[in-house]
Amino acid sequence: MRTIHTDEIIKNVSEMCISANLYLAEDMDKKIRQAACEEDGKLGKQILNQLIENMEIAAEDKIPICQDTGMAVLFVNVGQELHIEGMSITDAINEGVRRGYSEGYLRKSVVKDPLIRENTKDNTPAIIHYDIVPGDKLEITIAPKGFGSENMSKVYMLKPSDGEEGVKAAVLQAVKEAGPNACPPMVVGVGLGGDFELAAKLAKKALTREAGSSNEKEHIARIEKEILEMVNSTGIGPGGLGGKTTALAVNIETYATHIAGMPLAVNMCCHVNRHIKRVL
Amino acid sequence: MNINVPFDKEEVKKLKAGDYVYLTGTIYSARDAAHKRMYETMLEGGQAPFNLKDNVIYYLGPTPAKKGQVIGSAGPTTSSRMDKYTPLILENGLNGMIGKGKRSKEVIDAIVKNKAVYFAAVGGAGALLSKCIKESEVIAYDDLGTEAIRKMRVEDFPVIVVIDSEGNNLYETAIEEYKNKK
Ligand code: SF4
Repeated sequence: MRTIHTDEIIKNVSEMCISANLYLAEDMDKKIRQAACEEDGKLGKQILNQLIENMEIAAEDKIPICQDTGMAVLFVNVGQELHIEGMSITDAINEGVRRGYSEGYLRKSVVKDPLIRENTKDNTPAIIHYDIVPGDKLEITIAPKGFGSENMSKVYMLKPSDGEEGVKAAVLQAVKEAGPNACPPMVVGVGLGGDFELAAKLAKKALTREAGSSNEKEHIARIEKEILEMVNSTGIGPGGLGGKTTALAVNIETYATHIAGMPLAVNMCCHVNRHIKRVL
Repeated sequence: MNINVPFDKEEVKKLKAGDYVYLTGTIYSARDAAHKRMYETMLEGGQAPFNLKDNVIYYLGPTPAKKGQVIGSAGPTTSSRMDKYTPLILENGLNGMIGKGKRSKEVIDAIVKNKAVYFAAVGGAGALLSKCIKESEVIAYDDLGTEAIRKMRVEDFPVIVVIDSEGNNLYETAIEEYKNKK
């Protein structure tokens, strides 16, 4: 059995928090540059060019791409043959987040209680989704999530009879409502199926899938493409000021569901769709 | 177009939805928690911690500055969360707001009534915008951390007029215009 010490986890989580906030993932960088070339809205094009300049300044001067360095969301796949030594894995991850956000001069945006709203001052606790998987590796994905876009997310409990059309209409409605609030160009994460909470989790997970990749199921890949086209013909555009680049990607993840239902979650993300993965 | 901040009502009236403007001068940062505190203070008959008259508030909570930096990443936050507090603040003389995203009907009405202006800065361009902030000093609510009120000197800070003093709303017209052009 392979053993990994939690010190290793702390170190990696801390580095990943910083890196995700300074350098946009390659897939996103590529998409934004491509969109800037193709955009035909006047203000829209100008904004996309500013976003490119922003990424370059962020990387060069080591300033976070966006001031909302997010709540740290993690997807952690724990190999069932891996032994973890040291402290509790959750404590280790939170320690990594604490160090990353402090050493990286990232913003502390977490309040302890939703109503009392006192800042925890170290950006913990993180939101951690664990999965037990075969193997002896530890796979960590960190996706710091900004709340301008998060606030525009939705869960719809659709009926089976709503079908594909119902899914498309609901996603489109969510995008229109989000408009300029979600800092378009957006990435739209969609979770379809499962139950109430799994749909939402799948939607978040969909955001960590490479922008421009397709779902492996053929009919879902087609729907991703069709929704992206619909979204980009709304005219909302970059900054919500007109253009064809309203979204850079629509990623859908699905799961089996109940005969009586079709849960749908739409997790909005902005162009600062941060995600970074390491396998330990 | 270049304008100096603060500016008076005559200047406000010249600004039209869709204008691309570079601001130079002094602005103040305030977001959710600072708005709530200012609002409650004012409702109890107290004063905002700086003179609102003619001034511009930037909806901002920056990342911490490293040694040698004026400020960290400094882009706009979503304005609609300030909507509840905005009409009262406009009545007390504020002339401009910088943020991103839609405003409520109440806010748009208050903008028209008080002759104010709502600008958008590019959301998610915090590194770029930080370069236009030349000085920054926390002047109130220090305990709020990133949400404290800062007095900042800006140079050529790029913004777009989204809602002008007549209530024209670029978020509605720009999309229509783009689609009609096609
Ligand atoms: S929605 Fe995204 S780009 Fe906009 S402020 Fe939040 S994190 Fe930054």
